[in-house]
Amino acid sequence: MDEGKVSRRDRSLWWIAGVVVIAYALFPVAWIVSVSFKTPSDLGSNRFLPTTWVWENYENILAGGAQDLFLSALRNSVGISLLATFISVVLATFAAYAIARLDFPGKRVILTTALAVAIFPVISIVTPLFNLWRNIGLYDTWPGLIIPYLSLTLPISIWTLSAFFRQIPWELEQAAQVDGATTWQAFRKVIVPLATPGVFTTAILSFFIAWNDFVYGISLTSTEAARPVPAALAFFTGASQFVDPAGAIAAAAVVVTIPVVVLVLLFQRRIVSGLTQGAVKG
Amino acid sequence: MADITLKNITKQYGDGYRAVRDVNLDIADGEFVILVGPSGCGKSTLLRMIVGLEDITSGDMLIGGERVNEKAPRDRNLSMVFQNYALYPHLTVYENIAFPLRLAKFGDAEVDRRVHQASELLELDEHLQRKPANLSGGQRQRVAMGRAIVRQAQAFLFDEPLSNLDAKLRGQMRAEISRLQKRLGITTVYVTHDQIEAMTLGDRVAVLRKGELQQVATPRDLYTSPVNLFVAGFIGSPPMNFIPATVSDGELHTPFGEWRLPESRRPDLGGHDIVLLGARPESFEDSSVVPDTIREHGVVFDANVDVIEWLGNEQYAYVPYEAPEDIRAQLADLERELDSEAMRTQLVVSLDATSRIPEGTTAELWLDLRKIHVLDPATGRNLSVAAADAAGSDGAAGSEGAGATSDASAPEPSPAADENPSP
Ligand SMILES: Nc1ncnc2c1ncn2[C@@H]1O[C@H](COP(=O)(O)OP(=O)(O)OP(=O)(O)O)[C@@H](O)[C@H]1O
Ligand SMILES: [Mg+2]
Repeated sequence: MDEGKVSRRDRSLWWIAGVVVIAYALFPVAWIVSVSFKTPSDLGSNRFLPTTWVWENYENILAGGAQDLFLSALRNSVGISLLATFISVVLATFAAYAIARLDFPGKRVILTTALAVAIFPVISIVTPLFNLWRNIGLYDTWPGLIIPYLSLTLPISIWTLSAFFRQIPWELEQAAQVDGATTWQAFRKVIVPLATPGVFTTAILSFFIAWNDFVYGISLTSTEAARPVPAALAFFTGASQFVDPAGAIAAAAVVVTIPVVVLVLLFQRRIVSGLTQGAVKG
Repeated sequence: MADITLKNITKQYGDGYRAVRDVNLDIADGEFVILVGPSGCGKSTLLRMIVGLEDITSGDMLIGGERVNEKAPRDRNLSMVFQNYALYPHLTVYENIAFPLRLAKFGDAEVDRRVHQASELLELDEHLQRKPANLSGGQRQRVAMGRAIVRQAQAFLFDEPLSNLDAKLRGQMRAEISRLQKRLGITTVYVTHDQIEAMTLGDRVAVLRKGELQQVATPRDLYTSPVNLFVAGFIGSPPMNFIPATVSDGELHTPFGEWRLPESRRPDLGGHDIVLLGARPESFEDSSVVPDTIREHGVVFDANVDVIEWLGNEQYAYVPYEAPEDIRAQLADLERELDSEAMRTQLVVSLDATSRIPEGTTAELWLDLRKIHVLDPATGRNLSVAAADAAGSDGAAGSEGAGATSDASAPEPSPAADENPSP
């Protein structure tokens, strides 16, 4: 960035705009965090910050009454999302490689179909899927969620990955071969390092999609066997049935946000755009 | 190190386009051969076939006497600088240069020694730890060069390696490549657009046009005895002038008067009504500065000097003239194909720097008829050069016999004139 060319006034305007956007986007998060530290009696106090900060809600979901519900949901969410991500990235890598490298009939059909699937409203296939899953025994199982998640993650994975693969300078593979590499060595030493950031980016996107899903999660599960966190939140109760569960829900929401944040921080350096710069002239 | 032989090499791409047609070329061990031609004539394709990145549709490719058509690039042991560099963006300059060595499983010490040797030669020492993305075009080009020279390959293949450098660096690198090649004595095939590179670097120059080899000869032979209109127009800058002339019993009627060629430059013109006379800019002179001793070898004519460009060491005069419509169309076609400076129906004439012809006047010019080429506008053949060739071999037949036809203009018999022994 060429900061030098931006005048001071422009810069302060950018700062103000940035702060406004961040405040607008992060306010709900801050509010959730705040609620998660409130006592049940504090919930109606109409104040942003808790009067007394307590860990009660976290104890409740991790060790107390809501423990069973939350921890099993967490396990389901992590397992299902990781599996769906893994499968979709592997499939999408193959598909995108073929789309980027090969000329075959039906290439456009695949891309258009992927797009069509991606814009198909989820809600309209939930009901038929519900009936089908009940009949064939996939209802309330992990595969019962992984399969519909693939329908969400695959199209976007194929699109991002094939766009990414297309900009890899494939002459590099040839350059490596001239330099004495076998086909496999050229692929492993040159193409794989260049493709990795794209694959990581896609994996993270897929994971988020699966992790954040609510509609499938609530419709296609009925017990702790497969219910993911976003769906499980709705089943929280307070310490007694007369207690508002909002505090526990907020605490759970905070807990499930943490892996997302950690993932982004962890792989931030992996998601480097423009890594292929400098390979060829112009 | 090895010699490279191309026998009837043809390349047809998947879409049916024949990019290289029946090319025969012998490259001796240690020889420096330049491939030139207009954009899209198949230079890169030919190079990629030699290195093994492109399948050979038909013909034989021999390296060191061994047929390599089916060999993978890595088994041919050639090194190449790609037209677009093809550097590995995820590796540092050091690792880019070391890449072929690492594949060949050299020890770390040896790798280090060789990389530093190459980087010192190419003045890349201070950039070794940087990534290609952060380098300038010229630096990238030198990294690509380093990667090519770092290992002992059988031959170097360069695809326009200097095209992205500024004039000064290009000059330096040209000298560097020349020195390097002489020192290492490695067979080199070098593709270029650049006239100066073509003329100065190579032992021999091969001119390609639309996938067909036109002529393979030393730079000097190419300049003095081009086999056809294409080569004549392609080599030299400013390009050769082509003056239309009608033939009638030995006399040539040109827009500038009646000319009679000297015995040595007079091919058999029987059967030709119209010919093109090719004359290089430097074959002309201001008639007032021509010494009397050579004046008789040329003709003097009046010319309407339109524009003068004074360059210090010489000056160029532009002389427009009228030409028949069909000739004009043919010259325009040629010009388009050569991608050259305007060759309209005007002469570009190089004059002595002391000449004082004013712009926009009619002046007396002298043309050295001993250096004239007579070209057939229909086939493009250079009749002056082809005169000694028996009929039957066409333009691609190389420069054999070139030395025999041209007397004063080709002082050295070509050592490379044994090109393409007919099969
Ligand atoms: N993969 C391909 N498929 C079909 N035709 C091709 C392919 N690659 C090149 N060609 C054609 O072959 C011809 C020669 O291409 P080539 O790249 O060898 O030209 P070049 O002489 O290197 O040109 P330049 O000086 O512009 O680099 C061109 O007309 C081009 O259109
Ligand atoms: Mg090329």
